[in-house]
Amino acid sequence: MSVQDRPAAGSGFDVTAAARMVATFGHNGALGCRFLEHGADWAELALDYREDLIGDEETGVLASGPIIALMDMATSMSVWIRRGAFRPQATLDLRIDYLRGAVPGRTVIGRGECYRLSRRVAFVRGQAHDGDPADPIAHVTGTFMMTDEA
Amino acid sequence: MVAPHVLPPYGRFLGITAEATDDGPLFVMPFTDAVVGRPHFVHGGALAGLLEIAAVGTVMAALADVPGASVKPINVTVDFMRGGRERDTYAAAIVSRLGNRIANVEAFAWQEDRSKPIASARMNLMVRRPAKEEG
Repeated sequence: MSVQDRPAAGSGFDVTAAARMVATFGHNGALGCRFLEHGADWAELALDYREDLIGDEETGVLASGPIIALMDMATSMSVWIRRGAFRPQATLDLRIDYLRGAVPGRTVIGRGECYRLSRRVAFVRGQAHDGDPADPIAHVTGTFMMTDEA
Repeated sequence: MVAPHVLPPYGRFLGITAEATDDGPLFVMPFTDAVVGRPHFVHGGALAGLLEIAAVGTVMAALADVPGASVKPINVTVDFMRGGRERDTYAAAIVSRLGNRIANVEAFAWQEDRSKPIASARMNLMVRRPAKEEG
């Protein structure tokens, strides 16, 4: 497969099955991440407000950690969707800007996009909001390494 | 030596505990179902969470003599270097600069060997110091 080849969205990759895994397994399951929807190169997940995920007890604002975990998963899924396959990959780096605190009680929506896929590296970006996509709470960029390529 | 500030609910969710050492606060996150990513490995998001807790906790320890001081995360850049295996993960942080308004912090996470970090983070934090009382 050449670098330019891009698999059709969802081909060979069962987004629904992956979403089920997201909702039930390990850290994402413990956080309660929910799959919302996807396109050819993006995925959207939701993280409901929970008191045990609070980072600042005085204000009730969610910790930043659950948001980076949400965005790690949303951007990971965008790579699998764009590749058209659930393949092993490792996060090389993830940078997140916390634009503002999420409003306590609101569900956080995270959208990850794979905007460049080469043979060994996937470049991703994404944003999170708590109701209005035009008023984001966080912006993320990152890179993943394909661990099944020589 | 100043004890680390009390961990937030999210820190307890990850099972993190903190202890004061001569080199600053040391944070430990046990391998539990709440932190698993792909089977048998620690989730990158949980590692990022641990690094952030270590960064914030270490700055708060440095601000222990400033009553009412608080910090807010501005950004974090996490590098993942090795997979985290089914064992305790440790984390500690270095405050590179503690200014009036901004703190620059580097945090490291490791498992069996401190000289072989599994992840690191660079973090900018907003520092809030309550205005000093007049008179």
